[in-house]
Amino acid sequence: MSAHNNQPIAVLELLVRNHPGVMSHVCGLFSRRAYNVEGIVCLPVATGETSKIYLQVREEERLDQIMKQIQKLSDVEGVVRYTGDHPVFTGLATYFTC
Amino acid sequence: MEQLTGAELTIRLLEEYGIETIAGIPGGANLPLYDALSRSSRIRHVLARHEQGAGFIAQGMARSSGKPAVCFATSGPGATNIVTALADANLDSIPVICITGQVPLSMIGTDAFQEVDVYGLTIPITKHNFLVRSAQDLLRIIPEAFHIATTGRPGPVLIDIPKDVQLDIVDIEELPIPASAVVSVVHSQDDLTLAAAMINNAKRPVFYVGGGIVHSDAGAVARFFAEKNSLPTTMTLMGLGVIPPEHDLFMGMLGMHAARSTNMMLDECDLLIAAGVRFDDRATGKIGEFCPEARIIHIDIDPCEICKLKEAHVGLVGDIRDTLDRLLPLVESRARSSWNQHIQLLRARHPFFCSENFDFSSPYGIIMRIAEIVGEDAIVATDVGKHQMWTAQVYPFNRTRRFLTSGGLGTMGFGLPTAIGAALENPDKTVVCITGDGSIMMNIQELATAVEHDVNVKVIVLNNQSLGLVRQQQKLFYNEHIFASEYEHQVDLATIAKGFGMKSFDARDTLVLDELLTVALQTPGPSLINIPISIDEEVYPIVPPGAANSVMIGGNYECA
Repeated sequence: MSAHNNQPIAVLELLVRNHPGVMSHVCGLFSRRAYNVEGIVCLPVATGETSKIYLQVREEERLDQIMKQIQKLSDVEGVVRYTGDHPVFTGLATYFTC
Repeated sequence: MEQLTGAELTIRLLEEYGIETIAGIPGGANLPLYDALSRSSRIRHVLARHEQGAGFIAQGMARSSGKPAVCFATSGPGATNIVTALADANLDSIPVICITGQVPLSMIGTDAFQEVDVYGLTIPITKHNFLVRSAQDLLRIIPEAFHIATTGRPGPVLIDIPKDVQLDIVDIEELPIPASAVVSVVHSQDDLTLAAAMINNAKRPVFYVGGGIVHSDAGAVARFFAEKNSLPTTMTLMGLGVIPPEHDLFMGMLGMHAARSTNMMLDECDLLIAAGVRFDDRATGKIGEFCPEARIIHIDIDPCEICKLKEAHVGLVGDIRDTLDRLLPLVESRARSSWNQHIQLLRARHPFFCSENFDFSSPYGIIMRIAEIVGEDAIVATDVGKHQMWTAQVYPFNRTRRFLTSGGLGTMGFGLPTAIGAALENPDKTVVCITGDGSIMMNIQELATAVEHDVNVKVIVLNNQSLGLVRQQQKLFYNEHIFASEYEHQVDLATIAKGFGMKSFDARDTLVLDELLTVALQTPGPSLINIPISIDEEVYPIVPPGAANSVMIGGNYECA
């Protein structure tokens, strides 16, 4: 899955507490700090107490700062950073062709 | 086993957490909470006249004490009215817990009467927020709210409680016990050693301290740290009070309305030891040209602040008092006589005012005279504008939590309710609210609250018939095109205060301002003093927004 330009892609995996407001908290952080999110996948984990959110973002210098900000969110229990070829998005690519 | 409604449980938990005063306004969606509050013997309620007032009253309690404070508002307009106070608390890291009523759960999302998505509204302006979905959850959420508000970098927390959740019955085995906040510092010894070596080897170091020093109660150790290594110390607006003006190492405020010599000193420094600061643009000016020759040690409890705007050569994440305690034995006792002599010279050459121009009718003179009359134990709240900057520049603060001002958000209307909150929290102290004629109008309704509770608040209006700082910027940066910044209609503030039942004084009626100030400030109870000042009294120096701090208009003040 390629982005609109040649900037490398990163994939962030967030383990979050599962409740109706958590997506707003995560997405709001990106929008108010003017950091674009290219793709989102979110599903509950096991019993549904927690969810995993995968975010596809551009690699920018500010990504370190954004990751620190994510870690400060009370509903976020952990963040892992992967390279852009993480299968959660590559596996979905077939649903996103014209 | 005990059965309580959600509302009763909320009040019980607030009591357990030591809350003694709640400011707020009731309405349809929080009436169960108010009904439970009416039966509390441990919490007094302060009825504000506008929810924003309630939010700032809570801030006044929190800012002056360092402890979390609580405010209440109803759903819809009550909640939207209080959000400014939350945004203000968020930017200045103030532990305020705001509890709002909400329409019943089953009606959420139906555009019900007085329904507003306050959870969604407050995500970006609180440290964290909750929408409570069952009364049982309150047992977890309220302790968590106190924990979040007070640990790490403090901040506001909002708890939105639907009306049916307030009425639901919960079976309580036992109440959660308030846990004390534990903060552990995990600096590597290497980082501490490196930081200490940088300080010991620096030739022209500057200590740059801010609100974080206040929040971690590090004022005393910060002063001792500065003294041991003879570090000239500059403070942000939020850090004023750490070093008193009569101290040899005092360098006052930096930035847009700094002491002139301070901005000059920062241009020359080779090491900046930043503690509890966030390199705000009003302090640094154009960030690329801030401390161009300096290496930087940055100490802060919030890891996001390290390298956010300015690259730190050493970042120490942790409680500042702890960190300075650990650094102290590694730092050498030094005199730094040539660097400090150089700075003393800069200070002497670039004063705020010249003694031959000192006059009790000028804003600086009035502010200094207020300080003299009320003494060093008084608390000073300001609003936002010229009066705020003059106060920050010259008021002799000699400890923290004595100067309450809206730093990050710059909220006009902050001063009066914050002063009321500080007075409620500190009934033994005089609280002075230095304000302007623009700011006082933005929460003037709280004069009624002040009178109702007979708080010892002295409101001093430096009245220049304008939005002074706006007008000054229009004069300087918009070709003197003064627009919408002068009040054409003059209101009689002293008479208005009388209408609220408050003692008032008007300096228009006297030639002896000094006597009027003395009488007014020494009369017990709330009062308002209106003091006309010239519309052309400006705040100098001023760094144009976006410019480097070396570009100071009014920077070359010359005394005869």
